Amino acid sequence: MGSEYFKELWRYRELLYFFAWREIKLRYRQAALGAAWALIQPICGMILFSLVFGRMAHMPSDGIPYPIFCYCALVPWTYFSTVLNTASTSLTVNSNLIEKVYFPRIFLPAGTALAGLLDFSIGMVLLAGLLRYYHLRASWALLYSPLVALVMVMVTIGVSGAMAALNVRFRDVKHAVPFLIQVWLFVTPVVYPATMVPERFRPLLAINPCWAVVEGFRSCVFPGLPVNFSLLASSTVVAIAVFLSGVFYFRRAEKGFADVI
Amino acid sequence: MDSCPTTAAVSIHQLSKSYRIGHLSRNSTLRESLMSLITLSHLREKSQMETIWALRDVSFSIERGETVGIIGRNGAGKSTLLKILSKITYPTSGEIKVTGKVAALLEVGTGFHQELTGRENIYMNGSILGMSKREVDRKFDQIVDFSGVQKFLDTPIKRYSSGMRLRLGFAVAAHLDPDILMVDEVLAVGDAAFQKKCLNTMADLRAQARTVLFVSHNLAAVENLCARCIWVDSGRIHMDGETRAVIRNYMESGASAGAGSSVFLDAPGRRGNGKIRFRAVEFLSPEGKLQNIIRAGNPFLIRFHYSAQETISQPSFGFRMYTDMGTLVTETSTWHHGLNIPLVKPGEGYLDLEIDSLNVFPAKFTISLWITDMDGVTVYDNIEQAMTLEVESANIFQSGRNLDSRCGIVYFPQRWDLSGINGTAQDLKERPPSQSKPLPI
Repeated sequence: MGSEYFKELWRYRELLYFFAWREIKLRYRQAALGAAWALIQPICGMILFSLVFGRMAHMPSDGIPYPIFCYCALVPWTYFSTVLNTASTSLTVNSNLIEKVYFPRIFLPAGTALAGLLDFSIGMVLLAGLLRYYHLRASWALLYSPLVALVMVMVTIGVSGAMAALNVRFRDVKHAVPFLIQVWLFVTPVVYPATMVPERFRPLLAINPCWAVVEGFRSCVFPGLPVNFSLLASSTVVAIAVFLSGVFYFRRAEKGFADVI
Repeated sequence: MDSCPTTAAVSIHQLSKSYRIGHLSRNSTLRESLMSLITLSHLREKSQMETIWALRDVSFSIERGETVGIIGRNGAGKSTLLKILSKITYPTSGEIKVTGKVAALLEVGTGFHQELTGRENIYMNGSILGMSKREVDRKFDQIVDFSGVQKFLDTPIKRYSSGMRLRLGFAVAAHLDPDILMVDEVLAVGDAAFQKKCLNTMADLRAQARTVLFVSHNLAAVENLCARCIWVDSGRIHMDGETRAVIRNYMESGASAGAGSSVFLDAPGRRGNGKIRFRAVEFLSPEGKLQNIIRAGNPFLIRFHYSAQETISQPSFGFRMYTDMGTLVTETSTWHHGLNIPLVKPGEGYLDLEIDSLNVFPAKFTISLWITDMDGVTVYDNIEQAMTLEVESANIFQSGRNLDSRCGIVYFPQRWDLSGINGTAQDLKERPPSQSKPLPI
């Protein structure tokens, strides 16, 4: 690892941008609705969850209108899950590149994570609109949101990188990831508030790095929300650990990519 | 470091690369991997895995500005070597030191995406090969000019022909401007014009004192381009030196492998009464050295070994050469030459067919052999498709062009006379009439 690696990442930095650019171009090429899909996905999710959990199941939402409560978590969650889903096959889909040319391999999953930020930003703009619609006031806490977004990107790259590297060796990963995402959604307080979890289980759930992301965004956007900051902090530590170990595993595995893929 | 002199562009020391065969197929799914972990069977299986050494203790260093060819048979380790040098794969052990900006072309148009336009792919491909966006911006017009696909720049390349894609890919690669260029068999694809462009570009780089590493089966191109040549065989460096000497040795190397000769003890489908039979056929250089590789245009001789059971009077020895598509290229025999072999005594012997110049384009040929009596009525021995003769590329016409079976099967000893170009026009009517008339028979 070391400084040599970072120098190389810096030298190739434009390639990261090009991978992201290619992904965005290709995602909406020949799609009639184009970039509108970036909005349709989270809005549909919001409506669906609001109907099922908000209206029918009367899910509590800590005094905040359920749709926006849910949507606020859904935007980072959608980012995490779509990137993870795409990035876990990013190496195998580009096997031809890996066999024929050298470049920092981490840029393939990281490029997907970068491309995902476009959809994420569009989702965030819509969130601002929703805040106005519900006459909710943002506070100084919103200044923390870039930090939370950084944690979100780190968790995503960590998990995606590890899954992508694993998928090179074990193609099972491709099938396991959608299932993993489904389970992960329900152990993360996206459709329900963290306060609904019994007190004694909360530390256990805070091991989940996505907890930090989702709760982090909520505490930025809704300053009046009861948030357990010590749990949030420990979950953030887990998130950073996930990032580091994911990248470390990737670095170890990448030496064999061209031989195994 | 004494193994890495400061002027060396590439320097490797004791490089080895092994692959474990069986690893991939055995534990390719997670379930199997977990199962073997539980049952501890992986401890037992490890010993069953076969280790293949793609490279073994390879050391050399290439000075800045050198142009080096790497030759060897398929599977000798040439491509693995290039992949390690370009950091695509990692060595099992050993040291590598590469100084300068490297461009490795293992393929033309790496990273092209069908859905992206020509313009987009130029940027994508350039970026993957290590160019900055500004660099591509600056060279964009040159790249487009070079590729000749101006009109289709904003068309997705899925609508391109394979030739256009190839030209576009090479146009980007030609503008990489690397310190060290590594090329693997890029010339194997594309038409003659494309290959010429490739070779010219490499020659340009050489002229600019860039370092070029060129892996190829095309011995003519290697000979033309490289002063030094490394011959890799079974993962080791077999020879490293002046190109002509290495290629000559490479061609003569069949002696141990036995590829330059064929022994016919029990050839299947053999006909004839067997009173006299072919024992073996050898391809030899004019000096009598066994040849593994026959190059187009070279002199060589074919030695037919026979074994006679009894005294044979007036036999005729013959051979036919076919293309791999079954077209008869040529037939010859002692009878064709009007030779009379009065008597062959029981026992063994041989006869040589000397060929002044093998005027065929590189290709694979099959050879049939026979021994008959003078009338061709009694067949003593006849082996159809007795052996194959692989004719390798060579510097045909001394042009350095990579001419192969696409140019046809045979060529005639020939030369162009250009003295009439830019000369006075010749009145075609004033030519002597006898030339245009059919010749009297």
